Amino acid sequence: MSAIAEEIPLSERGPAPTRIVVSFGFWLFLLSDIVIFSALFAAYAVLAQRTAGGPTGAQIFDLKHVFLETCCLLVSSFTCGLCVLAMERRSHTMIHVWAAVTFVLGVSFISLELSEFIGMFSRGINPARSAFLSAFFGLVGTHGIHVTAGLCWLAVMMTQIATLGLRPKVAQRLVCFSLFWHALDLVWIGVFTIVYLGART
Amino acid sequence: MKSNGTAQQAEDAPGEHDADPASNLQSYVIGFGFAIVLTLASFGAAVTHWVWAPGLPVLLAVLAIAQMGVHLVFFLHVSSSPDSVNTVLALAFGIFVVGLVVFGSMIIMANLSDYMMPMQQLMQMQR
Repeated sequence: MSAIAEEIPLSERGPAPTRIVVSFGFWLFLLSDIVIFSALFAAYAVLAQRTAGGPTGAQIFDLKHVFLETCCLLVSSFTCGLCVLAMERRSHTMIHVWAAVTFVLGVSFISLELSEFIGMFSRGINPARSAFLSAFFGLVGTHGIHVTAGLCWLAVMMTQIATLGLRPKVAQRLVCFSLFWHALDLVWIGVFTIVYLGART
Repeated sequence: MKSNGTAQQAEDAPGEHDADPASNLQSYVIGFGFAIVLTLASFGAAVTHWVWAPGLPVLLAVLAIAQMGVHLVFFLHVSSSPDSVNTVLALAFGIFVVGLVVFGSMIIMANLSDYMMPMQQLMQMQR
């Protein structure tokens, strides 16, 4: 193994194994997704002070709520990693346990976010109120939609593992899902730092 | 690549794992520990008033970048091994584009805002 790696130059080693190529392709997709978020972050950074006489961020954000959301997403990211580890050990029970924990935590994140949004709407805080609120709902809403899509994907993966078993393609999809889920947590770090904590500075 | 272990590691793309599950579990637990500490530090610094207020944005930025680094290394398994050069290059390009979009927009919009006629005068001209 090491002898081959040392003797043959990188350019002459032929195509990489499928798992590496697939992961790299998915990695490129994740980076392009992060570029979309960067545009929304840029819009938020430019418009954060443009409240048009409406409420400012410091007035409407409840940090306890946000802290709970952050904990849900962070722990779900960890359990998602444990789910992939369980898959490598071929332990079906643990895959389903950790996938279920990840799913429940993801659902609690989305419900917390929805309850936050519904509370805001009931107080007349909506995207049409000011440029700041348009940018806020645009950024946080897009992240929420991504998490919802991730939950649908996770549900499909759990069904596939239950029905198709752990064939290589299914395992590869689960690895891609875990990359997606970790990337969403990465974006959320930016959201809670810039949007929620940034409003207090 | 000197040893078998390095060659094994060299095949890791993001999300790929070593054959030894125990070391991986360790990596996830370490990453999770760092992430918890950094998250608590961010929220703690923002809520309490222990940090000098004008320095708070810098501290929050540093904590966020540190936590993103922790996630990339321990959860997304970006490493410096020779064969994951492509992954790191793509990441570098991604960071470059994100920086251009975010800071470019902020600079351009701040500049436009500086050159814009004050709203009062603009309203008078439109009458």
